[in-house]
Amino acid sequence: MDATRPTLAVWKFASCDGCQLTLLDCEDELLTLAGEVEIAHFLEASDEVAPGPYDVSLVEGSITTPDDAERIRHVREVSGTLITIGACATAGGVQALRNFADVREFASLVYASPEYVATLDTSTPISAHVRVDFELQGCPIDRRQLLEVLSAFLMGRKPNISQHPVCFECKRRGNVCVMVAHGTPCLGPITHAGCGAICPAYGRGCYGCFGPSPNWSDGRPNTRGLVPWLDMTPDETERVLSTFNVAAFREEDHELRQPDTRGTDDDPPE
Amino acid sequence: MTHRNERTLSVGALARVEGEGAMYVRVDGSTVQEVRLDIYEPPRFFEAFLRGRSYTEPPDITARICGICPVAYQMSACRAIEDACGVTVDGSLNDLRRLLYCGEWIESHALHIYLLHAPDFLGYPSAIDLARADRALIERGLRLKKAGNTVMETLGGRAIHPVNVRVGGFYRTPSPTELRPLAETLRHALDDALATVRWAAGLDFPDFSHDHEYLALTTDDRYPLESGTPRTTGGRSFTADGFEHHVVETPVPHSTALHARLTDGALYMTGPLARFSLNRDRLPPIAAQVAADAGLGAECRNPFQSIVVRAVEIVCAVEEALRLISTYRPPERPHVPVPPKAGVGHGVTEAPRGLLYHRYDLDAQGRITIARIVPPTSQNQAAIEDDLRRFVAARLDLDDSALTRACERAIRNYDPCISCSTHFLDLTVDRR
Repeated sequence: MDATRPTLAVWKFASCDGCQLTLLDCEDELLTLAGEVEIAHFLEASDEVAPGPYDVSLVEGSITTPDDAERIRHVREVSGTLITIGACATAGGVQALRNFADVREFASLVYASPEYVATLDTSTPISAHVRVDFELQGCPIDRRQLLEVLSAFLMGRKPNISQHPVCFECKRRGNVCVMVAHGTPCLGPITHAGCGAICPAYGRGCYGCFGPSPNWSDGRPNTRGLVPWLDMTPDETERVLSTFNVAAFREEDHELRQPDTRGTDDDPPE
Repeated sequence: MTHRNERTLSVGALARVEGEGAMYVRVDGSTVQEVRLDIYEPPRFFEAFLRGRSYTEPPDITARICGICPVAYQMSACRAIEDACGVTVDGSLNDLRRLLYCGEWIESHALHIYLLHAPDFLGYPSAIDLARADRALIERGLRLKKAGNTVMETLGGRAIHPVNVRVGGFYRTPSPTELRPLAETLRHALDDALATVRWAAGLDFPDFSHDHEYLALTTDDRYPLESGTPRTTGGRSFTADGFEHHVVETPVPHSTALHARLTDGALYMTGPLARFSLNRDRLPPIAAQVAADAGLGAECRNPFQSIVVRAVEIVCAVEEALRLISTYRPPERPHVPVPPKAGVGHGVTEAPRGLLYHRYDLDAQGRITIARIVPPTSQNQAAIEDDLRRFVAARLDLDDSALTRACERAIRNYDPCISCSTHFLDLTVDRR
């Protein structure tokens, strides 16, 4: 043990493992990182677990079981800085679709003996249970953003994570706007940057996997302003907002059903 | 000597597996009474919330079942939906799917061989610790892994949850010029892959074998990835739509995964050992040669040697990827139209961990009324428990901590992906 190196722990709740895999996907940086920090608790990568407390904890996944609701309190107690990584940990993930359905009916459909399955009625983000020091959005998170956040916390500075919507990255990448040029529905204007505007670069509209972008005057994206431009049926609009960040976009979706109080700057295209 | 008739062993949280699980072993005297893999991956209910969604959505949604093998989910989903709609995707579009899948096999197998499995053979708690002793070895593994990720990033936009896959094909297909740098990366990867087989073949393998029926896809001419016909070493053969007639899943109290068996109750196993044993004669030439050099016979029935088979499969995937790039002609359009149609569709492909089955029932508008997903790990769980029962019985002279370590190591042979057990490990050994 090297007492001078900060310790890093990685924790998993309900999730697909993709965000913690992002750490192992830092192929060029992994061994350097392992020299800078002591990876003290990372079950996906090591069976040696050093006792806490840990300087920095990365938490993947959402809270969906009574045991996990207890376990996250323990993780908070043994963590100096707690950073959530990914849509599950920051917004409940795609499994939060249960929040708007009957979870018992879900269990009876998927499992022949649902009584063996312990589950809560909702899938909730980590911040609904304990204090979170930083949330990194994305389904999955972006490797470069993860390295920036880790570097920042290890250096004791604020992470330089843009709060802009995807459009900014899209312009910087030199993409042609898929919505303006081809009429392809795109959630880029209301979605948090970080992916590098991959979807428009591949000729598809952004599908919102990084969650809502907060960088507008009231701290929320102007979903109401965007929707008429999408040229989608209400059913299609609800579905496109109800995927990997359903609980975060749900607020937007709910607002769409209320009388117009915010207005829009532009008229939709004819 | 203390009287020790009964004992229990417990591994509280299995490490170096994807997802979460535990193992419980109960020993009565010299008899192993019970071996259980406890899956405590929280249920996420994909099959339930897919109902009512559009037939265009499963490739993106089911990718989120597993961050390690999202392409497998995308491929099985696409095939099942296209089957329901009566559309066949072939030619260059199918070649591009196979190329993308090669990228995932390279990435996933390199991850398992070097970062999860190698520390077991060489006696280190993690690849990071192993890298302090042999940095060049782990750097080779990371280079291979990166080569696989580069294939996925080029074709899919990103390595985890690629964005470029859709029902009918792709959103955008690459020009031959875009694929050229990929070929250069893969030529270097082929050297690393061949070195991986030679290194893995020189490891020490415990003497252990099983005789489960093996299930894998087979094709007429190529090693199976994105398509094929399910066949078993027991002589069964069926098409994708016969899967549910030949495989039954039952829930067990200790697991959120379901246990699968063949309909006559036979245990079976899917994955690299099964694939290799049923398709050895369809390996491309370099992979076939290096498999022979590594001493692999017609079949491989020692799970500890799965590390060699995975290494051979990396060679196969790199070789295939190079072939696909050299023969690539861009398709006329990035995807074929797939108009919705009421019906039932079945899709099977070879995920890195084994056969992955999807089924969707669609209404006339293309809305999903039933979704069913059977991932490899839940198919293998009963056979893994059976192997562990015999493995433990032969090692009862070990003390609890040595036996626990041996069991954990045995489990990692199967590269269990617990996240995928939509429907995995702590080790407890209870000696009485």
